[in-house]
Amino acid sequence: MSALDLARWQFGLTTVFHFFFVPVTIGLAVVVASMQTLAYRRKDETWERLTTFFGRLFLINLAVGVVTGIVLEFQFGMNWSSYSVFVGNIFGAPLAIEGLLAFFLESTFVGLWVFGKGKLSPRLHLATIWITSAGTVLSAFFILAANSWMQHPVGYKVEHGKAVLTDFWAVLGNSTLWASFVHTVTAAFVTAGALVLGIAAWQIRKGRERDAFGRAARFAAVFTLVSVLVTSVAGDLQARLMETQQPMKMAAAEALYTTKNGASFSILTIGDLSGKPVFQIRLPHVLSLVADLSWNGSVQGIDQIQASETAAYGHGSYVPVLWVTYWSFRVMVGMGILLVLLSAWGVLLARRKRLGDSPWFLRAAMAGMALPFLANASGWIFTEMGRQPWLVYGLLRTLHGVSPTVSTADVATTLIGFVGLYTAIGVVDAVLMVRAARRDLVVPEHGETPAVPGLVY
Amino acid sequence: MVEFSNLNTAWFAVIGLLWAGYFFLEGFDFGVAVVTPFVAADDLDRRICMNAVGPTWDGNEVWLVVAGGATFAAFPLWYAQLFSGFYLALFVVLVALIARGVSFEFREKDDRASWKRFWDWANFLGSLVPAIVWGAAFTDLVHGLPLGPGGTYRGGLLGLLHPVALLGGLASLALFSLHGSVFLALKTSGGVARRASRLVRVLAPSTVVLLVGLLGWLVQAGRPAIAGSLPAVVPVVLALLGVLFVVATGLFTARSRAGLAFAANGLAILLVTGAAFARLFPAVLASSGVAAHGITIESAAAGHLTLVVMSVVAAIFTPLVLAYQGWTYWVFRQRLVRPPAGDGSQPPPDGGPVPTPRLRVVPGPIAARGDPGP
Repeated sequence: MSALDLARWQFGLTTVFHFFFVPVTIGLAVVVASMQTLAYRRKDETWERLTTFFGRLFLINLAVGVVTGIVLEFQFGMNWSSYSVFVGNIFGAPLAIEGLLAFFLESTFVGLWVFGKGKLSPRLHLATIWITSAGTVLSAFFILAANSWMQHPVGYKVEHGKAVLTDFWAVLGNSTLWASFVHTVTAAFVTAGALVLGIAAWQIRKGRERDAFGRAARFAAVFTLVSVLVTSVAGDLQARLMETQQPMKMAAAEALYTTKNGASFSILTIGDLSGKPVFQIRLPHVLSLVADLSWNGSVQGIDQIQASETAAYGHGSYVPVLWVTYWSFRVMVGMGILLVLLSAWGVLLARRKRLGDSPWFLRAAMAGMALPFLANASGWIFTEMGRQPWLVYGLLRTLHGVSPTVSTADVATTLIGFVGLYTAIGVVDAVLMVRAARRDLVVPEHGETPAVPGLVY
Repeated sequence: MVEFSNLNTAWFAVIGLLWAGYFFLEGFDFGVAVVTPFVAADDLDRRICMNAVGPTWDGNEVWLVVAGGATFAAFPLWYAQLFSGFYLALFVVLVALIARGVSFEFREKDDRASWKRFWDWANFLGSLVPAIVWGAAFTDLVHGLPLGPGGTYRGGLLGLLHPVALLGGLASLALFSLHGSVFLALKTSGGVARRASRLVRVLAPSTVVLLVGLLGWLVQAGRPAIAGSLPAVVPVVLALLGVLFVVATGLFTARSRAGLAFAANGLAILLVTGAAFARLFPAVLASSGVAAHGITIESAAAGHLTLVVMSVVAAIFTPLVLAYQGWTYWVFRQRLVRPPAGDGSQPPPDGGPVPTPRLRVVPGPIAARGDPGP
């Protein structure tokens, strides 16, 4: 493997690993803040205990998300120095602003939330978790501003082989950014919602604290359903933007070779993706609906786009790895649909006040915890792999972005090092999460502030 | 409107301030972890040490993230060549920061002694390694690097392990350990605070010797001249002032003025970092061979609009960040005290006397000084 391949693997693995934790953090921050709000408003001890319980899970995750985030930031310069020089003017600014506006907020106020209980007034203490949550969402906005610019560059001109910023508002107003911001943040809410629902289901099945975890489950079912519906709508909006902004990615999502009116969408393909599969299940007109919002809309095919991109950018292949885009897209959408069904089932049961009585639902909810993680990972794999061979769409190819001075051995060393470390930390984190999820709810302490503050951090 | 080149220089200064702020703040986090084995007598002491930085370490580390992001945005070429050049050194730092970062959260999640011991080691090594590497890396930057055309680093990992860089690494380790010790003397009480103060007696003189040695070596080694450099005396005076404040740290500690000692050492860190950036100016990567291979502020700077946008954002939000980070130190201003003997599982190891009232004087105002200022 070349340094380029290894650098790509390193970036992909780091990002996917990082993004196991990020959505949990973003989503649980809102869930925990909502629970604490309910506890505060209603002076309700059950919600307070649930806040503590899920707050612990939130913190275990946050730690890993924070430390892997630093790797991502450093990695641009370490492995992708040519890319960094090319995009620094534009890509660097949201990254720096993310740090100044979002990370400071998040990290400072989470410290206040953890250690400030009993020191700050309950109202102020409640504010700290909401501010933490705002920090996580702001952080998502700015990092997606940077990423969206790679998908759909706006507000720039290329000068002396570098992209130079000409309009900052265009970068922040990028249509791709707003669609993917809503999609990503609500997907994070879905992730946390499904997690809370699954854990509550496990606790209910064990017959523990049915009242408290029943409340958590009801809350999570509604939260997940609302969020996943918004995720789907935003995702559909993204697909339509993609059809005009990155038509090859849309075509690659379906492995659609020739331009079609009223294009169908295949749910499943057996055989290869060459256009002559052995067996397929197709939904007529659905691809046209998704991409163009019309029954007989035209969807461009790979062959036509390849021809037009060759004309625009010169010879070469502009087709991403089709089996990756085809299947990652299906996994993402499929998991999304399952999550709609699961949470809708939960909401229906909750309305009949029977959520805790259906063993099948409880089992499904526990299994459902895996769905958003699969959807998140495949979503990122789709959007990043689908952009290939471009690193910045239409401007810079991935192969031209890599650090020219870093040797294959160096990249291999760090790849092995990071993967080893991530595996170890991932295992520890998973064990701690499972353990925290199986704990009993604790009775909140309303006594003196302990002499050594925050011994339990 | 600001002149183009003035704005570039201003951003060079901002990045210097971000690193200075980072070393001031995470400097004591690193130092606390490094000296913990020497000042903690039992598990409770170790928890007290860890909790002394518990509420704030994460916010302190963001200074590094922002310094990295600001370099990326304001000087893309600097960011690219520095990070790809210091490749394995940064990898080592990242591994250390990851191990250290999770140790804060993971340590208390299990009661087995072996578990705690493991994460104590992670916290210790995860702090020790960056405390050395940052000093070594900045010494390399100041000393000059083997660069090819366009500022491409040509030295490999071994090129960074120049003897003077090792000396720089030891100097920063000593300086940060000292910083951690005076921080513990300020933030804790009883045995931990007493032993931390005692450690200062060793660390302050060692830091002075190492810093003066480093300064002498760098002055003597010299570097190919770069047009527009500051007079050579500027960085030297800044560094010597820094050394003076380290001396003051030792003297204040000997008089049990923990707050003043911490402030003095913080100033020393700011001054030494300032000296490094003053010596670098107007280069961002100085070449140890052909001077023209170096990268300067002008050649690395981002476009005008990027810098203007960043300036506006920084002008609005930096005061806010400083205010709420400062407020955090205010909220957690009081000393960490061991619970009374009957309360905890173990009795205090040496049942030391209650800290004198004098030792308690200054935590509040010092907390406000926890930030290096805009």
